[in-house]
Amino acid sequence: MATAPVPGTARAWLLSPAPASRRQARFGRWYRAWLGFRRNPLAMSGLAIVALLVLMAVFAPLIVDPQSATLQVLQDRLQPASWQHPFGTDELGRDIFARVVFGSRITLTIVVMVGVIVVPVGLAIGLPAGYFGGVVDTVLMRITDIFLAFPRLVLALAFAAALGPGIENAVIAIALTAWPPYARLARAETLTCRRAEFIQAAELQGASHLRIIATQIVPLCLPSVIIRLTLDMAGIILTAAGLGFLGLGAQPPAPEWGAMVSSGRQVLLDQWWVATIPGLAIFIVSLGFNLLGDGLRDASDSRS
Amino acid sequence: MTSPTAQGAASAAPAWGLARSLANRTTRSLLSVALTFLGLTCVTFFIGRVIPIDPVLAIVGDKASAETYARVRAEIGLDLPIPVQYWRYLVKVVHGDFGNSVITSRPVLHDLLQVFPATLELALLALLIGVVAGVPMGVLAATHRGRWQDQVIRFLSLLGYSMPVFWLGLIGLLLFYARLGWVEGPGRLDVAFDDIVAPIIGMITIDSLLAGEYEVFWNAFWHLLLPASILGYLSLAYVARMTRSFMLAQLRQEYVLAALAKGLSPWRVVWVHALGNVWVQLVTVIALTFGSLLEGAVLTETVFAWPGLGLYMKNSLFNADLNAVLGATVLVGVVYIGLNMISDLIYPLVDPRARDQ
Repeated sequence: MATAPVPGTARAWLLSPAPASRRQARFGRWYRAWLGFRRNPLAMSGLAIVALLVLMAVFAPLIVDPQSATLQVLQDRLQPASWQHPFGTDELGRDIFARVVFGSRITLTIVVMVGVIVVPVGLAIGLPAGYFGGVVDTVLMRITDIFLAFPRLVLALAFAAALGPGIENAVIAIALTAWPPYARLARAETLTCRRAEFIQAAELQGASHLRIIATQIVPLCLPSVIIRLTLDMAGIILTAAGLGFLGLGAQPPAPEWGAMVSSGRQVLLDQWWVATIPGLAIFIVSLGFNLLGDGLRDASDSRS
Repeated sequence: MTSPTAQGAASAAPAWGLARSLANRTTRSLLSVALTFLGLTCVTFFIGRVIPIDPVLAIVGDKASAETYARVRAEIGLDLPIPVQYWRYLVKVVHGDFGNSVITSRPVLHDLLQVFPATLELALLALLIGVVAGVPMGVLAATHRGRWQDQVIRFLSLLGYSMPVFWLGLIGLLLFYARLGWVEGPGRLDVAFDDIVAPIIGMITIDSLLAGEYEVFWNAFWHLLLPASILGYLSLAYVARMTRSFMLAQLRQEYVLAALAKGLSPWRVVWVHALGNVWVQLVTVIALTFGSLLEGAVLTETVFAWPGLGLYMKNSLFNADLNAVLGATVLVGVVYIGLNMISDLIYPLVDPRARDQ
């Protein structure tokens, strides 16, 4: 730390070398990690992009008129950028800026839903495999390996084709092919602490397996799982956008970015912005998640 | 001086060890390949079953009587228990029978074999670009760690990681085809060159060279270059990133210091000694990259109207041609599994340490 903390401030409390409570120790650890993270400009710009995406999604109706994302004004079709339409209009006269803003909600929904499915599934497979070992481990990891060896996008395509197009099905399709790395990770993390003394202490106190896994092991796995998830977000966004581009994601008139790129294809040569702007949005958001994930990984590495 | 027999035994021992470890590895990887293949067909079978479209209804139409419906249902085998149905499906798949395509009304396998060379051509050139450019870039980034060369290369590969490939394809078309006119547009050939070269292996660039039609070759090449470069950029991003981290691990080793201390040129130490050890790990990376290129091809082919596996799959999807979609899924899956197996098998050939395991 560049300057010594002024006694009595929150900063001093956080950076105290002798924390008086568990809570203080935990917050202090987080604060130190944050200080390391803050020094990485790329990671900070990633955080800014992701924060911007979240704010945009939450406050979308305040940024633009909710109707304008789907409002068709046919006499205004394919207009270039202007004050009224900062990103121009598409082939049905809809304001591209409004559609990009509302599209952030769809992207964020997909990402959150995939994360909500993938992490519990990965933990549910990986934790018992690492904790119990033996036959349980072999069987569960064999299944994981099988799913790991599948072509991700192609399988998602086949699922989306079978279940029909739509966001929910795109989410299921992506989640089904995205969980194996989390199971591997959870297993590896469990193995590192399986023989630790605090686990043995909990066992001696008579804690059940479920209790030990839930209260002792899960909290240890979560940081690396969350970092992995952040790094994966970019890939999830790209796969979702790819499904949308192929017409298998959110259905029109929903302002899904991949589908917007696809609809701009017909007018690409004369009205380049229709396809370019939503594509740029996909690119920036996935770049943001990549930067943030890299930064989180570096910050957690330097701590250990 | 040792006797000739002892000499023979000494030189035979490593070869025998290699053969035995190869045999062990082969058995193990064949077993895992079989398991993975079973898993894959389970999934495709499941997809085929959960699809909301009733295959019986598609055949008999909605005006058929209940008896007709039941008879056709029994004919297709839908009244059998699920495990029996799966077994029948598996037997068919192993024989390469994916059923007939609804659109082309030909066997799906026939269609797949016809479109696959186009995808292979695209993916191979992309892989070539990715490896030829990506490996040196990764090495350079590792040797110049933290300096501007490293920053630029890391940034380039980060961009490649974050770029939606279909969008990059569109931008490429807009820029290099429509505006600058450097490359040819969508498709594999100009219409004027169609049907000049009879397909031999199905890759037009190679077929035209074999036939001595150089004009066709150049036309095909300029059509191929843009989609392959765009896919190649994605694989470059991955290859460069992995090469960098492998190289950094090698450059920290003591043998590098020893080689430098004995007066070898740094160039030789980096490109011969360190990179030589990195190749072992790169084999796996390259195999995985090739698999992901086949996938990326689905989106790229849609953008470039490239008549390969991806476009076939996409067209089948929108015509509810499930046989074709599942057939293509199994094919890509098999190629994927095969690549994993090959990288597993050549590991001990390039890395002596892996033989002793």
